Amino acid sequence: VRPPPFAHVAPRSVDEALAHLAEHGDEAKVLAGGQSLLPLMALRLARPAVLVDVTRVPGLDAVGVDPDGWLRIGATARQRAVERSALVAGHLPVLVEAVRHIAHVPIRTQGTVGGSLCHADPAAELPLVAVAIGAELVIAGPGGERVVPAVDFFRGFLETALGPDELLTAVRFPVVTERTAFAELARREGDFAVAAVLAVGGRVWATGAGTVPRELPPDLDDLDLADDLHGTATWRRRVLERLRASVLA
Amino acid sequence: MTELVVNGRTRHVEVEDRTTLAELLRDHLDLTGTHVGCEHGVCGACTVLLDGEPARSCLVLAAQCDGRRVVTVEGWADGDGKLHPLQAAWREAVAFQCGFCTPGFLATAYDLLRERPTPTEAEVRSHLAANLCRCTGYQPIVEGVLRLAGTPIPPPGCER
Repeated sequence: VRPPPFAHVAPRSVDEALAHLAEHGDEAKVLAGGQSLLPLMALRLARPAVLVDVTRVPGLDAVGVDPDGWLRIGATARQRAVERSALVAGHLPVLVEAVRHIAHVPIRTQGTVGGSLCHADPAAELPLVAVAIGAELVIAGPGGERVVPAVDFFRGFLETALGPDELLTAVRFPVVTERTAFAELARREGDFAVAAVLAVGGRVWATGAGTVPRELPPDLDDLDLADDLHGTATWRRRVLERLRASVLA
Repeated sequence: MTELVVNGRTRHVEVEDRTTLAELLRDHLDLTGTHVGCEHGVCGACTVLLDGEPARSCLVLAAQCDGRRVVTVEGWADGDGKLHPLQAAWREAVAFQCGFCTPGFLATAYDLLRERPTPTEAEVRSHLAANLCRCTGYQPIVEGVLRLAGTPIPPPGCER
């Protein structure tokens, strides 16, 4: 199905993008790689009137290391570029490992880091990495820039702290000295994950244990899980148990 | 107005903003070898090379392709109509039946062989998980790719 008609604008700077968002308010939606937004529009689950395409903003896809040693990934950096980046592999190898689990290669060549974070799918890998590693999100808005810790950014199912007049410009990951490990279960390779876990030292965070990534409690019976399309709550608890054991092994 | 290079030829197109790259190719440029299956990025039939990398043409807007380079199945053979080695390997392996998925598989398999000239069978299966085939059961598709292991993979005909 084709999406309903909309206008596509391609600003060349963050300020220009913010001006479009201010002008169109709730009618506008930021377009980056489009790998989640365009399917939603084709299925007519989303009907924005204006798409503000930020992939033409120069430098917004930059990957680098800040003076404080944190790894900075620009919002429109393609997932495939991050996966292949020697810099990322050197600074945060677990991020590369997690990105490899995002859908398939032809999706990752277009999908962006910022797009996945802002879409905030409960099964997505990047929000998990951001929360577990203690990343911070750099957000531009009409009043200037603000920085939000990942743990406060994800609010619920497809819901974030980002305002309709704001734009995520980058995500910053701190230096991690503890051992990290990532594991995921999907029904088929490339499918949305049933659950994924990331260990940092002895602590473990997970998707598939709620609508946002969260740290797993020592006793998984304390999780409030429900039966769903994938299986029963009991089965999901066992999946999480096994995944946790695998990253702590 | 969008300007892009399709199969080596510069094209100028004026289309509605909601037009996807797949629609642009099929309905405006008459390149109907790009097939549209699920229209939301799952099946892989519409996969083309975009700036040399495989991409779902149903999940990219034509308006996002300004200044970019696209290769469709029509661009893989060389100027004399000689098949690309990947096409030839799949013909020999009888790697398709109805052929609906094959154009998409080309872009994905090429990407793998370029990055890993001697992939293992597991790597081939993992990479090709991006594309669905309902006829072959995948075995001959995987075999065709493995036949090319160790030989340098040339770019598509239109880019040589």
